[in-house]
Amino acid sequence: MDFNLSPQEEAFRDEVRAFLDANLPPESERDAAFLAAWTRKVRAKRWVGFSWPQEVGGGGGSLMQQVILKEEMAKRRAPPLGTSFMGLAWVGPAIIQYGSEEQKRRFIPEILDGAVQWCTGYSEPGSGSDLASLQCKAVRDGEHYLVNGQKIWTSVAIWAKWMILLVRTGSQAASKHDGITCLLVEMHSPGIVVRPIRNMSGSSMFAEVFFDGVRVPVENRLGAEGEGWQVTVSALAFERSSISEVYGLARQLDGVKELARRCSRAGRPACEDPAIRRRIASADLRIEAMRLSGMRFLTKQLRGEPLGSETSINKLLRAELEIELGELAIEIQGSRGALMKGEGLVPDDGRWQRFALSWPEVVIGGGTPNIQRNIIAERVLGLPKD
Amino acid sequence: MNFGFTEEQELLRAEVRKFLDQNCPLDEVRKIAATPEGVARPLWDRMAELGWVGLTLPDCYGGIGLGWVDLVVVLEETGRSLFPSPLIATVLGATALQLAGSEAQQKHWLPGIGSGQTLATLALLESSDRLDPAGIALVGKRDGSEFFLRGEKLFVMDAGVADLFVVAFRSGPADEDISLALVERGLPGLSVERLETMDETKRLGRVRFDDVRVSHDALLGAPNRACPVIARLLDCGAVAVTAEAIGAAEGALDLTVRFAKQRIQFDQPIGRFQGVKHPLAGHYVEIESVKSLLYYAAWMLDQQPAEAALSVSRAKAWASDAFAGLGIDAVGLHGAIGYTWEYDAQLFLKRMKWVRSAFGDAGWHLERIAALGGL
Repeated sequence: MDFNLSPQEEAFRDEVRAFLDANLPPESERDAAFLAAWTRKVRAKRWVGFSWPQEVGGGGGSLMQQVILKEEMAKRRAPPLGTSFMGLAWVGPAIIQYGSEEQKRRFIPEILDGAVQWCTGYSEPGSGSDLASLQCKAVRDGEHYLVNGQKIWTSVAIWAKWMILLVRTGSQAASKHDGITCLLVEMHSPGIVVRPIRNMSGSSMFAEVFFDGVRVPVENRLGAEGEGWQVTVSALAFERSSISEVYGLARQLDGVKELARRCSRAGRPACEDPAIRRRIASADLRIEAMRLSGMRFLTKQLRGEPLGSETSINKLLRAELEIELGELAIEIQGSRGALMKGEGLVPDDGRWQRFALSWPEVVIGGGTPNIQRNIIAERVLGLPKD
Repeated sequence: MNFGFTEEQELLRAEVRKFLDQNCPLDEVRKIAATPEGVARPLWDRMAELGWVGLTLPDCYGGIGLGWVDLVVVLEETGRSLFPSPLIATVLGATALQLAGSEAQQKHWLPGIGSGQTLATLALLESSDRLDPAGIALVGKRDGSEFFLRGEKLFVMDAGVADLFVVAFRSGPADEDISLALVERGLPGLSVERLETMDETKRLGRVRFDDVRVSHDALLGAPNRACPVIARLLDCGAVAVTAEAIGAAEGALDLTVRFAKQRIQFDQPIGRFQGVKHPLAGHYVEIESVKSLLYYAAWMLDQQPAEAALSVSRAKAWASDAFAGLGIDAVGLHGAIGYTWEYDAQLFLKRMKWVRSAFGDAGWHLERIAALGGL
């Protein structure tokens, strides 16, 4: 065991730190002009799409460099590297792996420049956790696919310009995963209707998307017909290191601790209440376990061993923590915890209330905890599939 | 950056595993646990010959000179087998000597400990059951350069077989006036009594001191200066116990997963039901997470021991409660067969009862995490 960096890795870390020293002002001074400049500068450093091959315009960073970059950025609470979030997270990787040269030329630079937002057309009213049962249909009509059906829970569909869409083009011959195809669809195409859905925190980040005879050129198919499931799965597995999540959770925990010092319970600061102290400590050790498990998995990858279902471990912990930290923040506030907002009454302008109503974003999107438990039970412990 | 075991460490693990599989399957564990001593001396001697008892001792005293990360590898395997042995107690006794002993004391005791001939143990806790200095009431009455100890120690690991006790006693009026003494079995005034443990593979005892004479040479470190040494020993103890607990937890999970695959009810293996598979998956998550915390804590003990407390507490806090829950599920998911004396699930459940409080339970460690985290 050795937690030190190699001289080359240290040099890279110092480069990142020097860049941050020179270009990242305190959070209170980060206005729109700063953000625009920041986006240009990190793009010029090739830190947007840092893990992608240089041929397509990425940074070609090694696994360890990617980790260092993410960690340094997270420590300093830097703005994101790039603004096309889903484009960077899984659309780009899928296009790099399965796309034609023409598709790479067309889509990758826009994603890197943050010029285009993507959304993800996976879930349907009848297909949530059981995604492969999807029914949205595409029929070949000359040089086009005709798409009919519905998607739902589509984040940022309201302002996305493009969608990565899973459709059924064939029968479920041997398995449910057959006959699924991946299409890249322009959201302004005739026949697409987007209807926002209000979530329980009151905002409308996700939407229903209806397809009525939408024509998608065959050249916008990603991968072969019937290959859509592999395209999706391998793109989702592309990065998923939990470093930024760990730092995000640690930051929330710091906030909860600070809240516990300010709020009073039974006449004493909440941070002196033994039950609150234990719950905070319990969250602390879980976050640290996530960080260290991430390093164990990274070591495996660095040794060239494939990552299996281990990543479900941290997904489950993260789900628990997202809920627990919100609950803790509400409980610490006592009766004020039941209010949504209230000048002089509710701490931090109701930030913790909104936090406590936003966990489904993380906990349900991308595989519910019960699905993660199935994955571990079946793929790691070898229990029979249900 | 490398957060994994070396090839040598994996080899060590395989060696210990093979030795225990061959020599100490669970029916053998039961036999050893049923003996008055609770130790299989021939097995212990062979382990010492293989270097596992003196693993962390310097080679000038016949040890191998390895660290806590290596010891964790061995302890995970002894834990998986529920191997009844005074390994943890003896290693901690030796650690006390390494931390605070004079050269003469180390020279006198460590070779015998490493060779398996001398069994050592820590005598820290008393009826107050407190890990902090204020809990120590056993008094050392000063007479010139000597002390006479009066009082009693409780929950002393492997007290029945120990040849050497590292005893914490009160040597002055202030809270922190605590000293350590090396007390040999057989000294006049010393008596040992076995306490009946829930887990018969783990022995605890009561040690009475009736004016036991401690010569100046038998003082471990300077008088009234033992608190930092004891604090370090508690961290080492928590790491050792958690390492064995991880092994035992994996043993319990394996046993239960195997059963869930074979046991047919409602025409299918019960492992297909989410009511069975989900708790098992949850325990897997806990075991892997505790491993991450514990390996890091052991590495900290080797590299920056003075800063290790927070890492140690994170590992032990989670292990204490989570593995107690795993022990209960190991029995419960088996149904009635798990409740029988004959079936092995109960052995794991009982081990977790010993793990829970040894060197601090979850509550103690969570409080320490909160305090170290600025609350």
